[in-house]
Amino acid sequence: MQILFFILGAVALIAGGLVVFQKHPLRSALWLIVNFFAVAGIYLLAHAEFIAAIQVIVYAGAIMVLFLFVIMLMNIRQPEADPKIPFIGRKLAGIILAGFTGLILIYGVTKATLTTGKEMAPGLGNTETIALTLFTDYLLPFEVTSVLLLVAIVGAVVLAKSKLK
Amino acid sequence: MVVPVQYYLALSVALFALGVIGVLIRRNALVIYMCIEMMLNAVNLAFIGFADYFKAVDGQMFVFFVLTVAAAEVAVGLALIVAIFRNRGDVYVDNLNILKW
Repeated sequence: MQILFFILGAVALIAGGLVVFQKHPLRSALWLIVNFFAVAGIYLLAHAEFIAAIQVIVYAGAIMVLFLFVIMLMNIRQPEADPKIPFIGRKLAGIILAGFTGLILIYGVTKATLTTGKEMAPGLGNTETIALTLFTDYLLPFEVTSVLLLVAIVGAVVLAKSKLK
Repeated sequence: MVVPVQYYLALSVALFALGVIGVLIRRNALVIYMCIEMMLNAVNLAFIGFADYFKAVDGQMFVFFVLTVAAAEVAVGLALIVAIFRNRGDVYVDNLNILKW
């Protein structure tokens, strides 16, 4: 278990680093797919089979296909060149700021006291448990989410239309 | 042999920091967007780790909703980027300074 976790975590971290440091956005997108698959594997290790499945279907499938379509729709040939601030300085500032963010997060995590919560309902598979919780405790957020998706569909269509009549 | 929750949190923090680095140093709006997705994914990983630790399903429910919101956000955001590309011919955030005086 732990060895699998370390392997998948290393894959996720390396793929994430390649997302950040690849020059071409297409390669970044492909490495991001690798990252999502590795994280889905970690979800499987954490007994979240349903979430792992929708991670692969929604993230690695739908969202990344959308990204690849948009990247190929725009013909981005010119490299990221001539910034107003020198690139090395900007890179250093970015990495230092991100390091501070990570340190603050690590501080918060180590300060937290962990106690054990309630047990998962016995005798139910993961998907069954999620379905039961979704349609009882989380019914209102579920319905609100469907409204949000409708709004997003309409918004995307309106924004991507070339001209409004 | 169960994976301790601290390992999940460490990996989550590392992925989140990588996403922050990407947002801060890249100038292509699409890559910045991908890095935001990576940060959302890192937070999902922390949720899943805690759901496993507490043996509760609520963390997985939150991941479910984050995934849905991320899908909606990507649809709208990519439509915005396409609209910007139509208007200006590139998607580099350095060139999008029309609101900056």
